Amino acid sequence: MPEMEAVKPLLAQFEDERANLIPILQEIQATFSYLPEEALRRVARKLHVPVTDVYQVATFYRCFSLKPRGRHLVQVCLGTACHVRGGDLVLERTQTETGAGLSGTSPDLEFTVEPVRCLGCCGLAPVMRVDRDTFAHLDQAKVRGIVNRYRPRKKPATVDTIAASAEKVRS
Amino acid sequence: MISTAQRLVNLEDLHHAMRQGRDLLYPSQPKIMVGTATCGLAAGAEEVLHAVREEVANSQLPYQVTETGCIGWCSQEPLLDICIPGRPRVTYGRMKPGRAREIVRAIPEVKREWALAMMPGDENTLNGAHVNYCVPHNGHMDGLTAYKDLPLFKRQLRIVLRNCGIINPDSLEEYIARGGYHALWHALRKHTPEEILNEVKRSGLRGRGGAGFPTGMKWQAVRDAQGEPKYVICNADEGDPGAYMDRGVLEGDPHSVLEGMTIGGYAMGAHQGVIYVREEYPLAVMRMKQAIRQAEDAGLLGQSIFDSGFSFEIRVVKGAGAFVCGEETALIRSIEGKVGEPQQRPPYPAQHGLWGKPTCINNVESWANIAVIVQRGGDWFSQIGTAKSKGTKVFSLVGNIENTALIEVPMGTTLAEIVYEIGGGIPNARACKAVQTGGPSGGCIPADKFDLPVDYDSLNQAGSIMGSGGMIVMDDHTCMVDIARYFLEFLEDESCGKCFTCRVGTQRLKEIVTRISQGEGEEEDLDLLQDLGWLVREGSLCGLGQTAPNPVLSTLRYFRGEYMAHIRDRRCPAHRCRELITFEIDPVLCNGCGACVQICSGKAILGEKKKPHIITQAQCTKCGACLEMCKFDAVLVH
Amino acid sequence: MVHITMNGLAVEAERGSSLLEVARFYNFPIPTLCHEDGLNSYGACRLCLVEIGEAPKSKLVAACGYRVEEGMKVRTNSLRVQRARRLLLELYVATCPQSKRIQDLASEYGVRQCRYPVDGQPGAPWDPKTNCIQCGLCVRICAEQMMAGAIGFAGRGKSRHVARPFGMASEQCRQCGACLYACPVCELRCQASTAESLLCNGCLNFSPVCFQSYSDAMCFLEPCHACELSGPFRHEIGIKAHAPHDAGQKAAPSTGELK
Repeated sequence: MPEMEAVKPLLAQFEDERANLIPILQEIQATFSYLPEEALRRVARKLHVPVTDVYQVATFYRCFSLKPRGRHLVQVCLGTACHVRGGDLVLERTQTETGAGLSGTSPDLEFTVEPVRCLGCCGLAPVMRVDRDTFAHLDQAKVRGIVNRYRPRKKPATVDTIAASAEKVRS
Repeated sequence: MISTAQRLVNLEDLHHAMRQGRDLLYPSQPKIMVGTATCGLAAGAEEVLHAVREEVANSQLPYQVTETGCIGWCSQEPLLDICIPGRPRVTYGRMKPGRAREIVRAIPEVKREWALAMMPGDENTLNGAHVNYCVPHNGHMDGLTAYKDLPLFKRQLRIVLRNCGIINPDSLEEYIARGGYHALWHALRKHTPEEILNEVKRSGLRGRGGAGFPTGMKWQAVRDAQGEPKYVICNADEGDPGAYMDRGVLEGDPHSVLEGMTIGGYAMGAHQGVIYVREEYPLAVMRMKQAIRQAEDAGLLGQSIFDSGFSFEIRVVKGAGAFVCGEETALIRSIEGKVGEPQQRPPYPAQHGLWGKPTCINNVESWANIAVIVQRGGDWFSQIGTAKSKGTKVFSLVGNIENTALIEVPMGTTLAEIVYEIGGGIPNARACKAVQTGGPSGGCIPADKFDLPVDYDSLNQAGSIMGSGGMIVMDDHTCMVDIARYFLEFLEDESCGKCFTCRVGTQRLKEIVTRISQGEGEEEDLDLLQDLGWLVREGSLCGLGQTAPNPVLSTLRYFRGEYMAHIRDRRCPAHRCRELITFEIDPVLCNGCGACVQICSGKAILGEKKKPHIITQAQCTKCGACLEMCKFDAVLVH
Repeated sequence: MVHITMNGLAVEAERGSSLLEVARFYNFPIPTLCHEDGLNSYGACRLCLVEIGEAPKSKLVAACGYRVEEGMKVRTNSLRVQRARRLLLELYVATCPQSKRIQDLASEYGVRQCRYPVDGQPGAPWDPKTNCIQCGLCVRICAEQMMAGAIGFAGRGKSRHVARPFGMASEQCRQCGACLYACPVCELRCQASTAESLLCNGCLNFSPVCFQSYSDAMCFLEPCHACELSGPFRHEIGIKAHAPHDAGQKAAPSTGELK
């Protein structure tokens, strides 16, 4: 369970206004790489809104995840240009190579694979993004090589180590 | 960079900044530009930039290295440009770090074998100015084709994209040097709000987000509406897959949007602006926030801009990953911290928008047109385009096309001109099947209708819409049933889910089309698609639902034969639908190299080295990787 | 007061009233599923669609949420409205065939076919994952009348559903049962729809099915319309009887009738 102590100063940065709900959730998502239940309950109290409201917003928008995401977020573009050039096949191949399958996250918590609708690099389709790196002109053969670049060397991933590395990426 | 001390208050200050900008744009030493918009970065521009910087630093050359936005030549990214004083600007494409170093070392010589084109000068649609890079009578044209003579650029008229790929988007001075913020100065100091509003009305500008509502009318409605404070919103939630026009502007020319919004606020009596950017565009978010800081430091945003008494603030709000938030009422709810559920209209945002106050929402491209309209006049703008669709439109030309590019052409340009001249036709000598416009709200126009002029009304009549500008070219390897299924899959996920017709209708439409694509459709299914499509269009609350049937209905209208092939013959003419194709290896052409075995996802290929291989049909997943891999064309698809 | 024309009749309405309110006042019937007096109108079910304006610029809008405007022309039963209702109810039957309320509406508005595969197993008990029509009545009654807000919507698009936050019983829930009361489809089981026909076959037995399922007086409702036509009450309204298996065939889907 990630340290809830980090939530307090995070919430303190924002005014107690409904309009801040999404920015607050984005901040929590960036810090913990998911939205812990306890954090969401605190947000509800802070903004004086029912927990159901916060839950509805958290489950409506794609950028939020209620479950811990893998250490590496792999977003495969399924925009039209990418689809026309075989994007769905790239997605399938990525799901098998990482072990994430249809559930989204690989059992070893290394990768979360998600389709994303259009990264805006349509001229270079098919495209995929791993964390902050974008890869273009993909075909199924290239996927294995890209995934291997991100495979872990030593320590297996746990939710805390993921949160720690997310912190590093942000700073 | 302009420091905090240097506020721009009057015309002299602007001229001073202009001179600083010109020194940056046209320095006395060679300048190297690297295109670092998102597509450039995706293609490897970061490494190229790094290599160039290293080369310049190591050799202690006094060259300037700068970044620039997207000039629109996406298929050639990463792009590198060399600007030498007195010589044309030379563009190199498909750059790699090693080549980049060689090019830098070769300066002032031109590496003609890698060069794409040259620019002897630049046009400025904002103020009509033309700058010549070449010293007169120099004759240094370097034997390369000029941009304006290339099919890709010949027909383009760059108003919205006027600065993209020309200036460094991080530089306020360069923006000003190209005429930026002069329109704002004139608006605030020389014109009344009504005069500005009339200019926009005279221009005939229609909303570039897709609906094409007359912008001047919308502004008038907001101006007339009761309620304070009023808001101005920039819809940068560009969600149509395949469309990235707005991204090009936000990353390549952020100040053009700020200036447009400030002028709009003045005309409508609003003092607060919000830019809603989708969170999938982190670079655009960063550029906009930076541009706002620069503008604030320079006094171009904030209290009493240019000492006019008019104050205006802009802030950036990030989206959270929902296509439906491109719909204006859903966008407003998202800013208010709610789920993006569209609302019944009336009341319209012009009367009852953000926090219940009068709000004007316009698309990025609409805002980017405003400074030019104010500077050159609405009448000038209305000379461009067709009778009912004025000005230009930016399109992202992608898919099966030779020149994937971001282009801007006058309204009325035909599809044939765009696909065959500007786009360079279809690669691999394939035939063009159709062009898809308008994203998930649009439709497919078949190749035999390409003499259609591109404007709002013609596209509507043809069963599609202009949309935000995504234009996806499809060759004969694309299955239209598959395309319909693809868009419905998108829509059933992105629908907010509130109204029954849209939520259940998109799922049921997809269910039917999927069955057809799997060879299990019946002829009655086509009637059912028409009925259900009619219901979803008539009965849904918002634009997403109302246009959701367009992809399936337009493909059914123009490609009924293809649907019938799937139904009657259980055949996919484009060899795309997996349940209806089989992969086989030609024993004559196969030389047993085994490359396909490695990549086969179903471990279905067997064979000995140097002997023809065989695919075990029961295990073949139809992923097509073997077809991609095989260098001997030995994989056949039936 | 605002002056509008409804079904050709010149009527007056208070400013701010909805087309549904006006129609009800003047006794023009408009079917609804997600509307409930006492709760804010929601606009989710789309069943209250009416036609406003005049050709070629007329359009269908949800009457519950559309406010009257001076000079508006409204038709609550035009051909376009009828077609929309039939197509909608066809979809509703496929989504929730066990619902008596929906089967009643389908019979009443002339739904003669259901061309969609049914959600879940035909004849199976009501399942929140597949059969919920998301009218939102449970959520809204909990929030607006019970002031609890213990349940809400979650997800989006095809994954949208009614949920308890984090799947757990909420502290706000007082077990008042208002959500069960408000649900228009889950309480009222129409036992008669079978695999051959999603449309209510009428009572397959001679006594109303409802009396068999609920031994107490929960079923205080009128027999469903199909029962009226073919069930035990038919002699009361003077319609010729059909044998039970005929009743099944009569209600079987036929194609090409609806336009």
